[in-house]
Amino acid sequence: MEDKPKLDVPTPKLDELEKGPWPSFVTEIKRAATKSAMARDLVRQVEQSYNDRVGHWKHGGLVGVRGYGSGIIGRYSGKAEQFPEVAQFHTVRVNQPAGWFYTTKALRELCDMWDRHGSGLTNMHGSTGDIIFLGTKTEELEPFFTELTQKGWDLGGSGSATRTPSCCVGPARCEMACYDTLALTQDLTMEFQDTIHRPAWPYKFKFKMSGCPNDCVSGIARADFTIIGMWRDAIRIDQSAIPEYLGFEGFDLRRDVLDKCPTKCIEWDGKKLSINDKECNHCMHCLNVMPKALRIGKDTGATILLGAKAPIVEGALMSSVLVPFMKMEPPFTEVKDLVQRIWDFWEEFGNNRERVGELVTRVGLANFIEAIGLEPNPYMVMHPRENPYVFYDVDEAAE
Amino acid sequence: MATEPVPQRRTDIGPPHYDQFLHPLIKRNYGKWKHHEALKPGVLVHTAESGEAIYTVRAASARLLSTDFIKWVCDMADKYADGYLRFTSRNNIEFLLANKENIDPLIKDLNARGVPVGGTHNSISGVVHTQGWIHCHTSATDASGLAKTIMDELDEYFSSHKLPQRVKIAVACCLNMCGAVHCSDIAILGIHRKPPYVNHANLKNLCEIPTTVAACPTAAIRPVTVDGKASVEVDREKCMYCGNCYTTCPAMPLADADNDGVSIWVGGKVANARTRPMFSKLAIPYLPNNPPRWPEVTEAVKKIVDVYAANAKPWERIGEWIERISWPKFFEITGLPFTRYHIDDFRGANKTYRTTTHMKF
Repeated sequence: MEDKPKLDVPTPKLDELEKGPWPSFVTEIKRAATKSAMARDLVRQVEQSYNDRVGHWKHGGLVGVRGYGSGIIGRYSGKAEQFPEVAQFHTVRVNQPAGWFYTTKALRELCDMWDRHGSGLTNMHGSTGDIIFLGTKTEELEPFFTELTQKGWDLGGSGSATRTPSCCVGPARCEMACYDTLALTQDLTMEFQDTIHRPAWPYKFKFKMSGCPNDCVSGIARADFTIIGMWRDAIRIDQSAIPEYLGFEGFDLRRDVLDKCPTKCIEWDGKKLSINDKECNHCMHCLNVMPKALRIGKDTGATILLGAKAPIVEGALMSSVLVPFMKMEPPFTEVKDLVQRIWDFWEEFGNNRERVGELVTRVGLANFIEAIGLEPNPYMVMHPRENPYVFYDVDEAAE
Repeated sequence: MATEPVPQRRTDIGPPHYDQFLHPLIKRNYGKWKHHEALKPGVLVHTAESGEAIYTVRAASARLLSTDFIKWVCDMADKYADGYLRFTSRNNIEFLLANKENIDPLIKDLNARGVPVGGTHNSISGVVHTQGWIHCHTSATDASGLAKTIMDELDEYFSSHKLPQRVKIAVACCLNMCGAVHCSDIAILGIHRKPPYVNHANLKNLCEIPTTVAACPTAAIRPVTVDGKASVEVDREKCMYCGNCYTTCPAMPLADADNDGVSIWVGGKVANARTRPMFSKLAIPYLPNNPPRWPEVTEAVKKIVDVYAANAKPWERIGEWIERISWPKFFEITGLPFTRYHIDDFRGANKTYRTTTHMKF
């Protein structure tokens, strides 16, 4: 691998982005360009964009592999005459392994396949979690797909489909994991293959699995269906590990832990740390600061939240609580049933391009939970209504 | 001549099971991790109940990677990590080492190739970002270029733990926010500032008019007939340049070299640690697109980070710090102007008005 690959095309603007300490995407495109004519024209077109200060890609088109409605994003250059090799430059989304774990053997195989069929450029990974293979021609899609599936890989979601579920590192390498995020991700991905590959919803639907309220995959901001690990019992304390922290330079137990506790439920008498677990709101701060001394409880499961999305169309939303605590163990029947009930309602009542969070906003949470068979629960809201315009049930009123 | 038999077509097989990609040490201790610590910036050790430990070396990546680079990363993983690695949600590469002795030689090899190691604990980790001019049709700016120039400026914070808390930066090149930047400590958002240009001659052939009209969140689009052809018109007073119509209708492009640019948002978080998750709020409504290095943007981001680093108390995220000192103080000490654009005027805007006399002068 060359450190600074040289191309025979001048790219003075982009060359500026090969300077500085952070790894350069321009160097990466140039590396690919030493082998791929597509990547070579990509550098040229992006240089043009840097000169013109606008993108030069056209609106997507309908391309895909046989029997699938998602997984491929059609992309065409708006300057195909100038940059013919990127006249078609489609993206392939490949479903990542849960937790983004790889062996070098598997990664090399993926790279070899992409070298044979595409530009040699990737994102590891896209925002939703997929392996993104950037740039190939329509004629390469079916052969690439065949090779990919022969090696045991499959496409991810795109368009108005269930999007590729993704999760944090979970119990594979984290002591905070309150449930097996990888197992649930794999299970839901397999269970919902049809809805991932064949867009049939009003709009996209994303799943994100975080093992604890630190929410390392940003589920509360980014997933329609957010599953955040939770425990119900007491935080486990190893008193013998506390002196080590007290010995750290700059560590102040009162300032760094006790005073930062949002419910002030931790006490320290100079020898013993105690936590009033009934008062704990499971924020994670003390666990994050003293992981050797404190551990999550043993009665673990997850909180289910619904509805997060970016601004398009009605404004950005965060997910809100639907089920405060649910045990989360294979075969995950309870959570799958809940998903199905939500989909049934959304499929029937969702407008075109209306995310489920917007639908809930439109019909109201009370109506929504009634439709999907959940009882009202004070954990679902920040506070009860302030607004006195209540739609009482007229049928319940006495004649 | 014999032909190759066509393999049976396989579909809906899903991803390979993660189990086969886990380091044997991880497999043995799966779900039985006891605690972790950072040995130094970019290096974590996780210890299991069994007493076994796995060492993680976290390295930066450009996110847009060539297969050659990935294969070189594989060489590194083969040499030092028994051929096992993973990626993080912020595009970092994590080498998983069973042998502690391999940490420093690996870091040396990575640094020799210009790959920084860091991104742990109270640092600035990799930038989550979108495709921009590399691959997107709706972008108002280039995400990769912005991420690169910003991290060139903030590199010292990636490879150290000297910030009060972690700072998560994200770049989205338009309001579609594929990078969902709206809950980031610092979000850089590509913006359009002019209504779409309507290509009346072609609109009927390219777009479904009712869907296009329905796509507008502010009902700014009306059907109209121009020169005998069915088309649409945009009410300039109502348009807020979201580009949702363009996603539905290719005959309504809104990219504009001179008016597109970048806005900067601060104070979001997704973790529940200490305080609730928060949306990012507007700090700077507009900075020009000035490629290749966007000096106005990098300077502004650097300034916000430096002021935060100098003023926040330990463990405060940017949003928590601003909540404590108050927003007027944030504008005062950063020197950023507060303008009419900072006052929300969309649905629910009145929830953001100050309905208290609690103020710091």
